[in-house]
Amino acid sequence: MLKKVYVLLLVLALSGILSSCAPAAPAEVLVGINAEITGAIPMVGAACKNSAEMATEEINSAGGLDIGGKKYTVKLVIADNENKPESAAAAATKLVSQDKVLIHIGANASKNAIPASSVCNELQCPMISPWSTNPNTTLYKPWVFRACFIDSFQAGVNAQFGQEEFNTDKGAVLFDIGSDACYYQGFFFKETWEKLGGTIVAFETFTTGDKDFTAQLTKIKESGAKVLYVPQYYDEVPLIVQQANRLGVTEDIHIIGHDGWESPDLCKLCGSDCNGLFFTTHWAVDIAGAKTQAFIQKYKQQYGVDPDSVAGLTYDAMYLFFRAAQDCGKLTGNLQTDRACIKDALANMKDFEGVTGTMTPTEQGDMIKSVHIVEIDCDAGVFKWYKTVEPKTF
Amino acid sequence: MAYFLQQFINAVQLGSIYALVALGYSMVYGVLRFINFAHGDIFMVGALLAYVGAGFLLRLANQIFLPGAVVFVGTMLFSMAGTTLIALLIEKVAYRPLRQYRLSVVITALGMGVLLEHLALVIVGPWRLSFPLLVANHVYRFGGVSISTIQLLIIFVSLALMILLEFLVQRTKQGMAMRAISYDRETLPLMGVSVNQIVSLTFAISSCLAAAGGLLYGHAYPIVEPYMGITVGWKSFISAVVGGIGSIRGAVLGGFILGFVEIGAGAVFPSRMRDLISFVVLMTVLLIRPTGIYGVARRQKV
Repeated sequence: MLKKVYVLLLVLALSGILSSCAPAAPAEVLVGINAEITGAIPMVGAACKNSAEMATEEINSAGGLDIGGKKYTVKLVIADNENKPESAAAAATKLVSQDKVLIHIGANASKNAIPASSVCNELQCPMISPWSTNPNTTLYKPWVFRACFIDSFQAGVNAQFGQEEFNTDKGAVLFDIGSDACYYQGFFFKETWEKLGGTIVAFETFTTGDKDFTAQLTKIKESGAKVLYVPQYYDEVPLIVQQANRLGVTEDIHIIGHDGWESPDLCKLCGSDCNGLFFTTHWAVDIAGAKTQAFIQKYKQQYGVDPDSVAGLTYDAMYLFFRAAQDCGKLTGNLQTDRACIKDALANMKDFEGVTGTMTPTEQGDMIKSVHIVEIDCDAGVFKWYKTVEPKTF
Repeated sequence: MAYFLQQFINAVQLGSIYALVALGYSMVYGVLRFINFAHGDIFMVGALLAYVGAGFLLRLANQIFLPGAVVFVGTMLFSMAGTTLIALLIEKVAYRPLRQYRLSVVITALGMGVLLEHLALVIVGPWRLSFPLLVANHVYRFGGVSISTIQLLIIFVSLALMILLEFLVQRTKQGMAMRAISYDRETLPLMGVSVNQIVSLTFAISSCLAAAGGLLYGHAYPIVEPYMGITVGWKSFISAVVGGIGSIRGAVLGGFILGFVEIGAGAVFPSRMRDLISFVVLMTVLLIRPTGIYGVARRQKV
């Protein structure tokens, strides 16, 4: 009796293996999403998942993804990385080697994206991180791309914006010398500013934790600068701006910043002192442009909330993949060949137009793309879209 | 010229706050010969209590008419009272039983500092709170020099408190007892003075000054959070040592010296070298006068 059961089990198991070996349901491409669904930043995971689902539904309801005349249905495989680096690596391994996805999209926070990118690069599966701005996510990893720009690029855009908008060649920088991200931004701003023909008349620093910036600000005021770049975060910016206002620095100096300023807390801490200042960012809900506005309206309708930067960037990551697949011409069915083809198509992409702007990847897989500049209005509690600076290499 | 005058004002503002907090270190050291490492966190508690008090009084001022000065003084008194209570409690629980054990009491002081930080962390959370301004800020311009109402307020209130303290210590009986205890702790009880009372008074005064420092600091740098006391605490401690720990005038002088050195180093040299230069200057002062500027070398009794 027992023997019969074993035989039956064996037959069942064999048939299972055989059926999985049989040709898979034709015309389906798998997209792996590695998102922060649970953990400290579930909003990020939710936005990522929502946008990926929205893009998938759009392409499928249009009859599927058209690759070389053949229609493929896009299917998402969603993995939760719990906002932990080790889970992100595990999720990436599962998606790439077990689920056999054609492309890996995610993870979003840099601490998760870096380990995930190592896995994808090792296993040779193309990856696009929508939101990770840390250079190490793509550095020396030919299989890895991102949909956002990186910090150093932003500093360059700020230098250009500062000179053009305020029509000056005298710039100043104030940054934390103890933080590597701020340090690089400070230096990169200086480099670009000088390359564009300006002079940096004050290059001032402070140390992490400092609350008094009066000495540096007085010096900057004295230097005759017209633009002051502050690549710091939303918890330090209010102190700097308030002290600058009290010292009369802001009367003829325009303070500009980067996306580290972007937080609802900025207005809570700064109040009306920050009104009228500009900073660069990935995203704003009032970006002009038919494509962007259509996405925003649809997302809002579908999920009841405004799409944030992760939503916009994930949506672009999905369409980057769609376009890369189309550029590929055809899928062979050999996973490794197809993955390599997608990778090459991503690397060779030019002027992709997404909802977050126009983008072209660099050799490193980072994006040269449009940067949005927003103006702070703390009385209304919003960051108003001011203009979009078109992509440019510095 | 205007540039240096402006930096001078910046330094006076920063120095006043260091001086107020440094006084607390110095007074406690003068009386007990021990360094109250929790003092920086007492300062933080003062700032947080001022935040709470100011929030309450501002809401009250919306309903009934309260002049700005009343709100400011009320907030200061509330913060001083609360901070004093906490400091007295700490003294009673953590310092008094260990008064004979010099080293252990330093550890309990450090422990109390950590305890206060984490208590604040549990109660208010790690968020940065925006400190409400209790005076309408106006920036006055004289040539190229700007001075704001808040800077004037900080300088004025700290100077007033320092003068009040000087009066208290030099002209009152309790002040005389404080000076006496610092001179000879063994003989004083024989004169019929309660050491514990004077120690409590010293803690009360030093924490009142820290609370005032917290309130003024909140006006100068209007973001308060549970870890704000650490940097200010150790910088004020340095001020107290440079000025000559145990000496009231020394603490005030030390506070202003640190303010001037920090601002001056940033003003004259590239700001990247600021901390480097300011600490070299402070160390030089100590090498020349090991006991601090107003400090007196004491014979160590064996």
